[in-house]
Amino acid sequence: MTDKIQVKNLSKVFGDDPDTALAMIRDGKTKDDVLAETGQTIGVQSVDFTVGEGEVFVVMGLSGSGKSTLVRMLNRLIEASDGEIFVDGEDLRRANEATLRRLRLDKVAMVFQHFALFPHKSVRENVEYGLKVAGVSADERRKRALDALDKVGLSAWADRRPSALSGGMQQRVGLARGLAVDPEILLMDEPFSALDPLIRRDMQNELLELQRELKKTIVFITHDLDEALILGDRIAIMKEGRFVQVGTAEEIVGNPADDYVAAFTQDVDRARVFDVQSVMKAPESLDPAQDGVADARRRLDELSRDALHVMRGGELAGIVTRRALAETEGNGDATLEDVMSPDAPTARPDTHLFTIYGACASGLPVAVIDGDGRFVGVVTPESVFDLLAQDNNTPQHEDAPADKEAAEAASVLSA
Amino acid sequence: MWQPSDTFEIPLDTWVESAIKGWLVPNFRDVFQAIQVPITVVLEGLDMALQAIPMPVFAIAVALVAWAVASRGLALFTLISLAIVDLIGVWTQTMTTLAMILTAVLFCAIVGVPLGIAAARRDGFEKGLRPVLDIMQTIPPFVYLVPIVMLFGVGMAPGIIATIIFALPPIIRLTNLGIRSVPEDLIEAAFAFGSSPRQVLWEVQLPLALRTIMAGLNQTLMLALSMAVIAALIGAGGLGLTVYTGLGRLDVGAATEGGLGIVLLAMILDRITQALGSDSPTKTPGFLETLKSFFRLGTPATSPETGRRVS
Ligand SMILES: Nc1ncnc2c1ncn2[C@@H]1O[C@H](COP(=O)(O)OP(=O)(O)OP(=O)(O)O)[C@@H](O)[C@H]1O
Ligand SMILES: [Mg+2]
Repeated sequence: MTDKIQVKNLSKVFGDDPDTALAMIRDGKTKDDVLAETGQTIGVQSVDFTVGEGEVFVVMGLSGSGKSTLVRMLNRLIEASDGEIFVDGEDLRRANEATLRRLRLDKVAMVFQHFALFPHKSVRENVEYGLKVAGVSADERRKRALDALDKVGLSAWADRRPSALSGGMQQRVGLARGLAVDPEILLMDEPFSALDPLIRRDMQNELLELQRELKKTIVFITHDLDEALILGDRIAIMKEGRFVQVGTAEEIVGNPADDYVAAFTQDVDRARVFDVQSVMKAPESLDPAQDGVADARRRLDELSRDALHVMRGGELAGIVTRRALAETEGNGDATLEDVMSPDAPTARPDTHLFTIYGACASGLPVAVIDGDGRFVGVVTPESVFDLLAQDNNTPQHEDAPADKEAAEAASVLSA
Repeated sequence: MWQPSDTFEIPLDTWVESAIKGWLVPNFRDVFQAIQVPITVVLEGLDMALQAIPMPVFAIAVALVAWAVASRGLALFTLISLAIVDLIGVWTQTMTTLAMILTAVLFCAIVGVPLGIAAARRDGFEKGLRPVLDIMQTIPPFVYLVPIVMLFGVGMAPGIIATIIFALPPIIRLTNLGIRSVPEDLIEAAFAFGSSPRQVLWEVQLPLALRTIMAGLNQTLMLALSMAVIAALIGAGGLGLTVYTGLGRLDVGAATEGGLGIVLLAMILDRITQALGSDSPTKTPGFLETLKSFFRLGTPATSPETGRRVS
């Protein structure tokens, strides 16, 4: 994955003497100290990150933590005070007026929290705006605007004024306006915060769907951790202008860097963050061609499990439980096929845990089958429950050992 | 009781007099003559055109405009008012006054809108401009009539220059206000999509400030009309002159005729420009709808935008 945006040591001071403020920060003074002594506000301090092509990078933080300031420095609506920004390797802070305009015209588009639609223009004219200022011909921009409106499902509203639309629809227009210029990078500053929860969920799903198709590089700002976890390939947690942690959803929830992050993550629905792989155990199976009922009993005892999956010719055939084995006690002729139950619940390794609640309800271990139909692991209902019940509040440093074990086992199996 | 003027008096009057008579007039006469040229050209052109249009044609045309931008009621009012103006025998004077007012307002807009835009863009310029505008609005016009006569002479053009000075502040102030009150996030959005400052001005700031600018234009127009009589003191013609001569001869009848003409003209222009300022096309039925509704008596026109009935 190539880096689309690179940010190094980026800082922003609101005030007339940023150098002094930056020096104070380097000496270990806090944002409040600087404000008290110099009257200057630190917007962002010494932030480093990169965003890969096609990645959704979410910046999450409370009000006043500097998210808007950060994202506005990425297209230079706000001039940085210190540090470097590279977009596609181009030094943004040293770019001249013409280069900056080019960049805004065709590479970086923005979606705003309060939509910022032009009230005197129709929905279509709003969506056309970026193309119009770029000098695209009227026919061409009309076509592209209607395409963009189609993507967000609003082509029927093209000739209305934005004020005739609901909040959710207005923000879709905002999104279409961003998409119409076909940018490589989308900057989204709390685009869904002004929407009510149901519509927000819809918009998140819609964005995920669009992103699957369009593969833009997205910097997404939010103050809602759930939203960050749903949307972000990687998430940065911001506090008082600094990044306190950058990582995937699982890293942030499973391994919070400090108490601040832990406090955020404690109410998170873990089943929507962790996927099946993270609780998966090594795949153990019986083969009816070699193993008999006695072998099955022995293996269950060795592994101290209550059930084992049966594989016939590389395909999952069913599951054998201790109880079924107990029922055939004394029947010397019974084969594995006789005691096996054919309905074994299965799951994909990359789905989130909340989707396998139904499979877990049977009480049987769930077989994890990957996209190629290989049996890669087993998830027991207890292990799902254990993960969900973990105390979110304590930073936890040894994460999901089952994961590693399962991966090793899988590679041995396929060798 | 002693007061400062007992011992010393500042000879401000002689200073001003020598500055204007001894320096400004002899050195800059050509400049002041040149300033008058465009004003005279526009005024004469307008006056000639307005006088040439037959009264019924003009009245119907203005009534149609009133109908298109405002309502049927205003159109009717316009028609009746203009008929009265003609019937009391001041039609020619009214057209001259209208030409003067339109000339003054045109130059106010040409000067005032760019100044207002400049003031909105630079705080420093606004700070400097504000006291000047305050002075222009508080100083009684009689005070600058004398220097204007000295610099420009008497006649129509000097009258219009006095009118411009008097009527200019609102259009500057309201252009400045209108542009400054365009929401910051819209301007940010426009820049984020790569607009140049000029594109932001034309695509976002001016259209959104238009209502406020039109309100300023309306105020400027009204102020210009209220100068009609004063401008007549220094040689401007039209209805102002009718009133002024009536005043001189204690001819109440003539003064009333002139006054009525000014009032009616003011009301028509005020209503039309006010309607221009509010986004009427979406709120009241358009011209065609209204026309159609004439023939479908009983069914009121509906607004096409909302599909709702307009009562
Ligand atoms: N133009 C400005 N002048 C001075 N200080 C500013 C300016 N803009 C932002 N700040 C300060 O910078 C800090 C970060 O503000 P910013 O708007 O980036 O926060 P945010 O994380 O986007 O908050 P929110 O969630 O409320 O939008 C705040 O302390 C704010 O007061
Ligand atoms: Mg913000």
